[in-house]
Amino acid sequence: MSAVIGIAFGNTSSSLAVANQDGKVDVIANPDGDRSIPSVLSYVGEDEYHGAQAKAQLVRNPSNTITNFRDYVGKSFDELTHHETVGAKVIKTANGQPGFEIAREEGKKETVTVAEATKRHLKQIKLAAEDYIGKTIEGVVITVPTDFTAQQRIELTNISNDAGLKVLQLINEPSAALLAHLSNEPERLQEDKIYVVSDFGGVRSDAAVISVRGGILTILATAHEFGLGGDKLDQALADYFAKEFQKKYSTNAKSNARSISKLIAESIVVKKTLSNVQTSTCSIESLADGFDFHTTINRLRYELTARNVLSEMTAFVEKVVKKAGLETLDIDEVLLVGGSSNTPKLASNVSLIFPESTVVVAPSLSTKALDPAELICRGAALQASLIESFDEDEVKESLQPVVVNTQHLTNPIGIKDAEGNFQSILVAETAYPIKKSLEVTNGSESSVIIELYEGKRTVKETVIEAEQDEDDSDDDYSDEEPEVKKEVVYECGELLSELCLKDLKPNSKLEVIVNITQNGTLHVSGRELKQGAVAVKGEVTF
Amino acid sequence: MSITLPSGTRSETFKAVHKYTEPTRRPIEPVGPLFLAHASRTLRGHTWSEFEKLEAEKNVTVVQENGDDDIGDEDQDEDLLAHDPREWKSADLYAVLGLSKLRYRANEDQIRRAHRKQVLKHHPDKKSASGGLEQDGFFKIIQKAFEIMLDSNKRQQYDSVDTNADVLPPPAKSKYDFFEAFGPVFESEARFSKKQPVPLLGDASATKEQVDEFYNFWGKFDSWKTFEFKDDDVPDDTANRDHKRYIERKNIAARKKFKQEDNKRVIDLVERAHLEDPRIKAFKDEAKKEKERKKWEREAGSRQAAEAAAAKKAAEEEAAKKAAEDAAASKQNSKKAKEAAKAAKKKNKRAVRGSVKDVDFFGDAAQSAGIEEDVDYLLEKFSDVQLGEVAAKVTGADAATVKQAFVDVAAELGVSSSLKYFK
Repeated sequence: MSAVIGIAFGNTSSSLAVANQDGKVDVIANPDGDRSIPSVLSYVGEDEYHGAQAKAQLVRNPSNTITNFRDYVGKSFDELTHHETVGAKVIKTANGQPGFEIAREEGKKETVTVAEATKRHLKQIKLAAEDYIGKTIEGVVITVPTDFTAQQRIELTNISNDAGLKVLQLINEPSAALLAHLSNEPERLQEDKIYVVSDFGGVRSDAAVISVRGGILTILATAHEFGLGGDKLDQALADYFAKEFQKKYSTNAKSNARSISKLIAESIVVKKTLSNVQTSTCSIESLADGFDFHTTINRLRYELTARNVLSEMTAFVEKVVKKAGLETLDIDEVLLVGGSSNTPKLASNVSLIFPESTVVVAPSLSTKALDPAELICRGAALQASLIESFDEDEVKESLQPVVVNTQHLTNPIGIKDAEGNFQSILVAETAYPIKKSLEVTNGSESSVIIELYEGKRTVKETVIEAEQDEDDSDDDYSDEEPEVKKEVVYECGELLSELCLKDLKPNSKLEVIVNITQNGTLHVSGRELKQGAVAVKGEVTF
Repeated sequence: MSITLPSGTRSETFKAVHKYTEPTRRPIEPVGPLFLAHASRTLRGHTWSEFEKLEAEKNVTVVQENGDDDIGDEDQDEDLLAHDPREWKSADLYAVLGLSKLRYRANEDQIRRAHRKQVLKHHPDKKSASGGLEQDGFFKIIQKAFEIMLDSNKRQQYDSVDTNADVLPPPAKSKYDFFEAFGPVFESEARFSKKQPVPLLGDASATKEQVDEFYNFWGKFDSWKTFEFKDDDVPDDTANRDHKRYIERKNIAARKKFKQEDNKRVIDLVERAHLEDPRIKAFKDEAKKEKERKKWEREAGSRQAAEAAAAKKAAEEEAAKKAAEDAAASKQNSKKAKEAAKAAKKKNKRAVRGSVKDVDFFGDAAQSAGIEEDVDYLLEKFSDVQLGEVAAKVTGADAATVKQAFVDVAAELGVSSSLKYFK
């Protein structure tokens, strides 16, 4: 097994995975047995707790428990835009960095900077990984959100190197998730599709529109929303329970911090249970004023309770599509990432805003889908195993702007077939240099023309029988015309070139090759697929 | 359904009519396998067709790797095909699957493919369809072999006792090249080591460290061989519990014994190799030489002192000898001189005596007796020097000179009064 791992370092939880050479990925559990390790550190006296054990301390020992610190990495205290963490309060340390003040043994105070907390967290992760692999970790690929600044990336790299984890590469979370999804089935990587990768974390949500063209991923747009995430679902559920409790015992369950913590902790359990089963019980001993709380809740009730949050999440997905200048029609697949994606209602809500042809990948909709909480670290592990064999310099060279920044086609390029329809060879947003070929035939004709066109996007509307009316309020455009099925169709736009093939036998096989070089010259060639056939070639520029 | 193109002809085969809409520049997400492909194309400046070519080349090698060339196509011999399925344990299970070349080196994929191949060939349905005998004995063995090979534990147990895969060391008395003979032996034995990689024998050019490491490792060789495969079947009926336990105990004892035997075999093998290893011999010789050289160096000081002492002694001896020689020589010389002096004296005496006779006793022969008496007397009194002087004066001289010489010398001696003639 290789000694390089992928780490998904999240605000709420982190996970790590290792991939072997044939692409099989194992998500590694920490010594507590958790594959999703809460990014929490807690201190009691001289003892340090990490992961789930630390998270449990949020109830009793919140002031010495550090959580949600990922976003603070590499930022100064004044740059922080939001600090609404539970647990220890963020303070400004001596050098202007954000940090936490922790009470240690014998009343001593320790100031833990965010960098130090991150380092300790990564060290714990390293231990878990080495425990599992049985070797020293030689390198890691860590994922970061797309809005991580260059400064933050450098800082995280330094911290990780300090913790003994040599960073091979930092990659974006949505790309990692998508890579894991694409690698799950071998042919997926070759399909040209546009994906929406939507990551619903604990305290923030991120979404990205990514086009996959010939295995090359390009982010077309990203969106971030702080405060939207699984914690809001927990909050909604806790509010509901508190109301119930008030009704039963006439006591406010949110009167003190400990009760709130208990309520939230149980809400998380209930939320997770309801992702899998229809009803769940909720029982909290001595919630407030010595009253025990016991109730049951079904999935429908929960969905109603969390309706606002869920629709916010759906709207968030729509927002990013709009931001990319696309319509929901253009999206081929939606990949839901993050623990909250397990919520069945979220997946069904998201699938409703997209046309039927769009596939939504979530565990509740497809049994083949990977665990959304593990997608990111799986992708990171795959990337780690891919670049493991390369030298450090080679990887560094590959990340240079000259390699990474490439030209992307604005419009698709294709040919016109006998019926006058546009047949795309290169789809829009294809990064070049690229080479692609298409196999065609001449039918019964002895001489044919290969007309190279740029595609023009049109929306084809087909009126279908209004037998299924499953649109909900989010699905605004089809609300007006529910019986119309829309799809994007490309028509022949600008004619780019003409190429003529003559003296052909009926039904011989022909090949059209389109090749755009680094400098943007488009080479088109057509030839008969037989020994000794001479290709007809030509060039087009932009 | 493929797309049909509209008909029509144009005079020119291609005509660019209009430019396409201006593109928008956006960042793409740096994730996914196809992004990496895009990045490598952009960075290396490949065009699509170049890239496709590269990709296609990659695919081709993949296909070749998946071909069945690595397994080969081998047929089982008659004996194996007729093997009693109840005695499947004694069959060569790798040969059953057609993997007798690869054996323990076969990986799971190869085993699966080989099994598939054998099943296609030996399935009872197939056999009966082709009019063969309704025999599924061999098929049962195939299934059994496949079962063993896919279970890593059982396969290890089988590999432990798969002597067909072993490379035996050369017979002790034969002639062989050490490295050629023992290299494969250790290579094959290495697969049982718990510790991998295993140092191999190497060749003559190996350094001492390498050789030492090799023998150290093999001296402490820890093998994973187990001998469960050779167990007797434990009866699974509950009727006779004692018997069952007896068999189990026996099996455990047998495994222990096999293991001990095997360990001993390895130890013997390593010892033998160590004994025969030309490198060890070379290293030993070298070490010996080195030791001697060291000793030589270490003793340099005392040797020098000894040399100096010897030299001194020799010098002294020399000196002594020389002195002795000198002494002897001088002694001899003095003797000679004495003799010479004696001879000279005699001669001189003779000359002095003769001189007076030569001058005829100064003319008066009457006086001759007196003269001779005087001369004898003077000769007695003469010192050696005076004798020489007188002899020189008188030799060949005339009578007067001779007479004068005698008179002078007599006066000198102060004996003139006692002379008769020379007064």
